[in-house]
Amino acid sequence: MAILERHTTPPAPTRDAAEPLVRVEDLKVDYLSGRGPVRAVDGVSFALKPGEVLGLAGESGSGKSTIAQAMLRILQPPAVITGGHVHFGGRDVLDMSDDELADFRWRDMSMVFQSAMNSLNPVMTIGDQIMDAIRAHEDVSAGEARKRAQELLETVGIEAKRIDSYPHQLSGGMRQRAVIAIALALRPPLMIMDEPTTALDVVVQKEIMYQITELREQLGFSILFITHDLSLLVEISDRIAIMYAGQIVELAPARELFEHPLHPYTQGLMSSFPALTGERVKLTGIPGSPPDLRTPPTGCRFHPRCAHRMPHCSQIVPQLAEVQPDHFVACHLYPQSTPGGAA
Amino acid sequence: MSTITTADQPIAITAPTDNVMEVDHLSVRFPVGGLFDKRAVHALTDVSFTLPRAKVVALVGESGSGKSTTAKVLARLVKPTEGRILYQGRDILKEEPRKASLTYRNEVQMVFQDPFGSLNPAHPISYLLERPLRIHGVVKGRQAIQERVEYLLDTVGLRPANEVKDKFPYELSGGQRQRVAFARALAVEPKVMLADEPVSMLDVSIRVGVLNLMEHLKEKQGISFLYITHDIASARYIGDQTNVMYAGRMVESAESRELIAAPAHPYTKLLLSAVPNPRAGLRTQEAPTRGEIPSLVDPPAGCPFAARCPHVMPVCRETMPGITHLAADHWVRCHLHGAGDAAAD
Amino acid sequence: MSTPPLDATAAVPLDEAPVAPTRRRRRLDGSVLGMILRNRKAAFGLAILIFFGAVAILAPVISPYDPDKFVARPHQPPSRDFLFGTTGSGEDVLSQTIWGARISLGTGVIVGVAVTLIGMVIGMSAGYFRGRVDDLLSLIMNVFLIIPALPLLVILAAFLPPGFWTIVAVLTVTGWAWGGRVLRSQTLSLREKDFVSSAVVSGENSYRIIFREILPNMMSIVVAGMFGAVTFAIGSQAGLEFLGLGNPSAISWGTNLYWAQNNSALLTGAWWTFVPSGASIALVAFAFTLVNYAIDEVTNPRLRSQRETANALKKAHQKLGTSRATPVIRERGTASGTATGD
Repeated sequence: MAILERHTTPPAPTRDAAEPLVRVEDLKVDYLSGRGPVRAVDGVSFALKPGEVLGLAGESGSGKSTIAQAMLRILQPPAVITGGHVHFGGRDVLDMSDDELADFRWRDMSMVFQSAMNSLNPVMTIGDQIMDAIRAHEDVSAGEARKRAQELLETVGIEAKRIDSYPHQLSGGMRQRAVIAIALALRPPLMIMDEPTTALDVVVQKEIMYQITELREQLGFSILFITHDLSLLVEISDRIAIMYAGQIVELAPARELFEHPLHPYTQGLMSSFPALTGERVKLTGIPGSPPDLRTPPTGCRFHPRCAHRMPHCSQIVPQLAEVQPDHFVACHLYPQSTPGGAA
Repeated sequence: MSTITTADQPIAITAPTDNVMEVDHLSVRFPVGGLFDKRAVHALTDVSFTLPRAKVVALVGESGSGKSTTAKVLARLVKPTEGRILYQGRDILKEEPRKASLTYRNEVQMVFQDPFGSLNPAHPISYLLERPLRIHGVVKGRQAIQERVEYLLDTVGLRPANEVKDKFPYELSGGQRQRVAFARALAVEPKVMLADEPVSMLDVSIRVGVLNLMEHLKEKQGISFLYITHDIASARYIGDQTNVMYAGRMVESAESRELIAAPAHPYTKLLLSAVPNPRAGLRTQEAPTRGEIPSLVDPPAGCPFAARCPHVMPVCRETMPGITHLAADHWVRCHLHGAGDAAAD
Repeated sequence: MSTPPLDATAAVPLDEAPVAPTRRRRRLDGSVLGMILRNRKAAFGLAILIFFGAVAILAPVISPYDPDKFVARPHQPPSRDFLFGTTGSGEDVLSQTIWGARISLGTGVIVGVAVTLIGMVIGMSAGYFRGRVDDLLSLIMNVFLIIPALPLLVILAAFLPPGFWTIVAVLTVTGWAWGGRVLRSQTLSLREKDFVSSAVVSGENSYRIIFREILPNMMSIVVAGMFGAVTFAIGSQAGLEFLGLGNPSAISWGTNLYWAQNNSALLTGAWWTFVPSGASIALVAFAFTLVNYAIDEVTNPRLRSQRETANALKKAHQKLGTSRATPVIRERGTASGTATGD
């Protein structure tokens, strides 16, 4: 596959390689309802370096999808962003006007959604949808846009001649590739992928994951990869953040997290995947269910389900702290997490 | 099983296999198109397998494999175009051709995939559990029924039962609803439970609990499970026997661990290689084969996997391979292992 | 909030600690009435309907005069004695308007209910049983839909003896098919849901499935349809009576209009003889439309989300601007970006 040239101007050059591409700081998102607000994201902070893949893992109610959509400001009512910052290229996305956002979206940050069927317009050809994205941001002729669309399709593994196909004429895997092509249209330095393979069969999932890895190696963009499937994340991520009930509870390099999970929730998650090989072990999963965010548990939100809970776990909120080099946990089992020292 | 020992060696005499259900050459075709269109979707073609007593048989496949259709046929929600269903030795489709009898409904129950769709949102849990009790007369009298409802909720681990039973489905989580679905199926004391992807839509940490519940019910109450899933790892976890389906056909069947340790069919191998393996990075593996599940509308002759198979031979595109027995409980339909028997059993 | 117990030692290996018991919310929240009351426009509409209903019921009590009696000189404009003036025959317009509510609303409600019931039985049966039953019932529905309603109304009304029940019958016959079609398609889609398959597998019989499993999930559409039918009935009845096809000696808003026209109200400038009845019809129809706002929120939950967000923001003295980007409303401080609608 030919390496395409960047058609857009890259973001302002960074001072040094360690400068993060995007920095989310203390993000808070509420869902308003007649019965009071529900805080879906409660003070989440993380940063992504250029070219890095950060995996965001969590189950329902963890807030992972909300974060993704908040970063692009595409959350719909009743969601409201109530605090924090999303620093990108020297600006705060949360302060941008509509015009700035229209420019920012897709050029600097784009998104691949979970269900291609929901994000592809069924009455437009995939070629038209790619060209739409290009021409919304750049002043190019239709012919030029079409050429670029064909190149993009080839890049993601679709034959260029299918540029005039409608979504329903493509298989599930091809549709997901088309969605990736649209997200790639302006070569943004950051792509958010929200459960891109969940709706696909496992064999197709592998193909798409492989394609994503190839694209990343070729084009060098960063990915915020969101999924509930931890084993997928360990395969593709550089670092992984585990979310529970709107907060990040653990953050570490992928291999490190897999081999030495420190938070009881992470450990529980790991023990929820039946293994394909080895001894047949009885799994326990995690008892209980994710909390109702209208009345979240006091202190550590995981404490009602935790086998290691201690008395002060229900009273003091553990802080995300570095307990080992580059390995952050929010759990009172590790004294660094308890503000003011262990109780 | 008893052994008669002669002076030299014991001869084992086994009792005949105790199959609570047998499926024989099942085919399901749905017409597509309008009045003058003779095309059909071949959802299932020539599927045969058995469901032994107190065992879990897993049906593994991707979309379009026909696994859900199989469950619906056995639940008598869909009429098969051809084939027989033998329930406890009786030819069900012959005995009750038009509608399933109340007895059949009593003994064969089903749990569906979507915990948010399988419980009627308009009714409280107690109503949902009472109905089967009343319809089949399992217990009579308001008091006895209420007690049985609480007992059922307790059996599936929903406590405190007397509070849960007054709730509406929207007040419960996905995992809890799925347990209610199991409770409802259990209410009539079935012998067979058809579980159509019961955990696919649940959170990962909750799945294990529900899988363990199924295993517990198999052991304690002797219920046979047909466990339908796309996740072959979970099939290994609770399945005694695993059958692999592709494009409406059953292509391999083996004891679960044996299947994973020694897969014979190229599709099974492909499926196993596609399961995410955190121990190996993506890059260390070769590029996966491209290809899609073929259309089920008027499929061509031959093996449906021929278009994607790395070992395809000319004969594969001409005839569907028959059944080749590799070991006691392991058969495969693949020309790599021989032409096999055209008829199963 | 109490911590639910973890039962790790139960013989049963499954431990699903339920969420602590929720305060039993009143059923009102989910019901149609609750929906209406929460939406201001709809609540206003409901208030109007209740007002008119009360007027109709209390007519003998609140009507100042007997509507049939000659009480004053004809075509008197509104005055203190006759708040809405007098008709061309010297009757009190206010009393006629009040009494007219009875027949107009009564016909509306009876027809509305009848049309809904017939549509429900036929439409749901067609949708559930499909196959030949559906073919036959759909054919019947389509026939009734194709026949032009107004000419049929006129012809039937002209042939049958004039009267209240004739109108009811005629309106029911011409009005049921539309709702039937809607309910049929709704049944067709609900039928595919797993909870219906589940009921089948449990051994439920078809009628229980239709009326106890499927129908409760369609109530909002049924209710909306009924509102629409009542509005249609009130308007059509007035139309028929205006054309003289009703019983002219009965008192209803439609006959009031008929007589007003007969007595050349427009020519003589006696606007007060037709404005009250006309306005009543319009107000009642308007009220039903308002109530439908709430019903719409059920079929389109996004409308409800938008409304709740706007309400919540109002409390925080913010406004949901025209921007479609996610609003940013920082706690304790002014909003930034587009939240104030710039």
